[in-house]
Amino acid sequence: MANYIGQAIKRVEDKRFITGKGKYTDDIVLPGMTYAYMVRSPFAHAKINSIDTSAALAMEGVVAVFTGKDIAESGVNGVPCGWQVNFKNGDTMKEPPHPLLVADKVRHVGDAVAMVIAEDRATAKDAAEAIVVDYEVLEAVVDAAKAVEPDAPLVHDDVPKNMCFDWELGDKAATDAAMASAHHITTLEFTNQRLAPNAIEPRAAIGHYEEANDKYTLYTTSQNPHLTRLLLCAFVLGIPEHKVRVVAPDVGGGFGSKIFHYTEEALVTWASRRLNRPVKWTAERSESFVTDAHGRDHVTRAEMGFDAEGKMVGLRVKTLANLGAYLSTFAPCVPTYLHGTLLQGLYTTPAIHVDVTGVFTHTTPVDAYRGAGRPEATYLLERLVDTAAHEMNMDPAELRFKNFIPPFDGVNQPGYQTQVALQYDSGNYEAVLKRALEMLDYEKVRKEQAEARKNGRLIGIGFSTYIEACGIAPSAVVGALGARAGLYESAQVRVQPTGKVSVYTGSHAHGQGHETTFAQVVADKFGIPMEDVEIVHGDSESVAFGMGTYGSRSLAVGGSAIVKSIEKVIEKGAKIAAHKLEAAVDDLEFAGGKWTVKGTDKSIAFGDVALTAYVPHDYPQGLEPGMDFSSFYDPANFTYPFGCHIAVVEVDPETGKVELKRMVACDDVGNVINPMIVDGQIHGGLAQGIGQALFEEVIYDESGQLVNGSYMDYTMPRADDLPMFETDRTVTPCPHNPLGVKGAGEAGTIGSTPAVVNAVVDALSHLGVRDLEMPLTPERVWRAMNK
Amino acid sequence: MKEITVTVNGEQHTASVEARTLLVHFIRETLNLTGTHIGCDTSNCGACTILLDGKSVKSCTVLAVQANGKQIATVEGLAAGGELHPLQEGFKENHGLHCGFCTPGMLMRAVELLEKNPNPSEEEIRWGIAGNLCRCTGYNNIVKSIQYAAAKMRGDELPDTEPEFV
Repeated sequence: MANYIGQAIKRVEDKRFITGKGKYTDDIVLPGMTYAYMVRSPFAHAKINSIDTSAALAMEGVVAVFTGKDIAESGVNGVPCGWQVNFKNGDTMKEPPHPLLVADKVRHVGDAVAMVIAEDRATAKDAAEAIVVDYEVLEAVVDAAKAVEPDAPLVHDDVPKNMCFDWELGDKAATDAAMASAHHITTLEFTNQRLAPNAIEPRAAIGHYEEANDKYTLYTTSQNPHLTRLLLCAFVLGIPEHKVRVVAPDVGGGFGSKIFHYTEEALVTWASRRLNRPVKWTAERSESFVTDAHGRDHVTRAEMGFDAEGKMVGLRVKTLANLGAYLSTFAPCVPTYLHGTLLQGLYTTPAIHVDVTGVFTHTTPVDAYRGAGRPEATYLLERLVDTAAHEMNMDPAELRFKNFIPPFDGVNQPGYQTQVALQYDSGNYEAVLKRALEMLDYEKVRKEQAEARKNGRLIGIGFSTYIEACGIAPSAVVGALGARAGLYESAQVRVQPTGKVSVYTGSHAHGQGHETTFAQVVADKFGIPMEDVEIVHGDSESVAFGMGTYGSRSLAVGGSAIVKSIEKVIEKGAKIAAHKLEAAVDDLEFAGGKWTVKGTDKSIAFGDVALTAYVPHDYPQGLEPGMDFSSFYDPANFTYPFGCHIAVVEVDPETGKVELKRMVACDDVGNVINPMIVDGQIHGGLAQGIGQALFEEVIYDESGQLVNGSYMDYTMPRADDLPMFETDRTVTPCPHNPLGVKGAGEAGTIGSTPAVVNAVVDALSHLGVRDLEMPLTPERVWRAMNK
Repeated sequence: MKEITVTVNGEQHTASVEARTLLVHFIRETLNLTGTHIGCDTSNCGACTILLDGKSVKSCTVLAVQANGKQIATVEGLAAGGELHPLQEGFKENHGLHCGFCTPGMLMRAVELLEKNPNPSEEEIRWGIAGNLCRCTGYNNIVKSIQYAAAKMRGDELPDTEPEFV
């Protein structure tokens, strides 16, 4: 029978997408459907004096208009935050309400004040324009550093200094002592700029209440429909969970931005019951820019201390994290537990201290965006390392080799305990750098760089060796860190009477190819053709429960849950097979899709055992019929993928424009089920990381206006901005999950950004350039060159 | 309201539309051809790309009334007689899509690109699809997909895509 694991199987989900038959939320049309349009604040900070909806209500085709007052009167709550971080003194973080529609005061451009519902989309939009809101504009603060100043305007009246929390990790005294005795200290101060995730499918939601059976269905562009259902039912609308079905059908990309429970999901669900009609809302791109949670936005000062030999002795980090106007679902954990805990990097630094303050501002909420905290940690570390190499006149690769944690497999050698709470599972960090140097042909490129420099050409080489924590994660650990949810995954494996297999997973695919990768695992484990396996996800009605897809967790956690259920099927199947073959269970082996009595040719096929389980006429005594098992898998640890990315750039001396000439990536994501899909994930991640380095930035003006909130103004990488990527991998299996996998969704984004910036700084280092602020626009680069 | 007649994927449709109706809304909502997507509101993403009289256009930048009397081709019409178009095959063989949202627009853009230039260089492909945004793939495999289709349409030997394991 086929061995699918490790093969570049073409994706089974592709057919519907390439033929235009994908079913995304906005494609769904229900009988009697109405269309919602949100009236959003054009101001970052303003008091609402009054809202006049009369002209809108009088328009033909308008079904209803709801304001914050209606929401407040109906007893509905705002959307909750799913992660709690405490102040250093033990106080609970400040957690101001995030209402579905605001009634008193708007706190960012795009804050919704009213919802118009009409018979068609255009009428709803026309009516929204007819609503008159009397705003009293107030002073806004958009910058995290300014927001903590004593006289800054307050985003929430009861949050002094706009401080949500302050937080620290690591040994401060030891770090201060290490830095005091360091031979050399490299210091950088920078902003890790705010980004817009920009999944190409805008968010959308359809609420559908059916009075006849008192049941709600919410179709939504979500990465985790079950968590959305839980938050929607238990925290926002107060409706019974078993009365609500949440469906996340085909979803056009997420990158983190569709993890969170958004106000619009609750609004359409609530309104559909009020009106007893389906209500659809689809974001326009300009709305996405001001309402989809943004990413990054850290202001950081970081210092790395070295001894005389170039060994790292200490790392001290202070970060202000801009959280935006409200706490999005996972916002507090991103700059803390997904950032501070990664500051060990791949290095043996013996003393680390990180201090993070979370700050409210009059901007769109900030939450997890591809990588979430880990790109910020990696950027900080890898910029420090390349800068230190320049300062100490060392080769950046050599400096890394000198400081790497030695190889450990997590089985024969224990995991590596960091100074910042985590225990790495397994790693061979030298190997990825060595391989990446080979792929690059490092010495040759350095020579070319020197030659080019003589001719006035500006070529640079930049490194990044990263680690990330994925497969999020053990519930007990994340619970101790403030998560208000468990982070296991569920899987049901239902063997049909004919031996065909339906798998219900709580992971959610929105581009990752689970329908293929998961089927490869199932088919291999059962020894059956892949065509006999169906992967079902995204519907709370068919999938028992799920924690969804983010943090590169689907295969490591969701795939492991599937394996658990598979093992239960095989265990039960062996009992049935033993009965049919008149042999003892211990005398059987299961391979190639059949149970065989060891040393004989007596066997029974998987399909025959399945049929017996459902037609149990001749059956083991006391054994239940059926072949259907559910499992929950709660991992023992995070997984820790790592890798090395090297960028080669050429800077135009006349214009400062950066050309990315080569992007080399050697990643280690543990075992690989489908190399084609893993490479694809790496490619996409690289593009987003490069996007941050060179092009992307959400820009607010002082008054809180988002000045580049469209695809016309916010620059994302296009095909002609990127080279062909050069990828390879090493394989260091994860020692604690049954597939040995670590996750590949975020690696590309985490590693690539500092590699590109390091390369540009390297290209310009002989001109005295030491640091550059992202994104590296031609103007910024040109100014730095010509200072 | 104005009555228009268009031929979509070879089939004639007559409908009355508001003067302000965008062609993409007409295609998605009146004709129920939801393979054509909307990703932005500034004609920058290309998810709505279709062929209008054989020329690739962003259907969010055309009024439905402007399409009156014209030929429209959408992704739904690409697989003739159930046989995948070489571009569709190329995207599948080369993992040219992840979430699939930009894919119909990419495909329709590439149809015209290869019609005009059957043997494009990598650079010509990259320039040729620069009006279409993809956030998932980093374009690497989209470029390869189009190269594959170009080779197939020319009758050349196909690039190796790691054989499907049976």
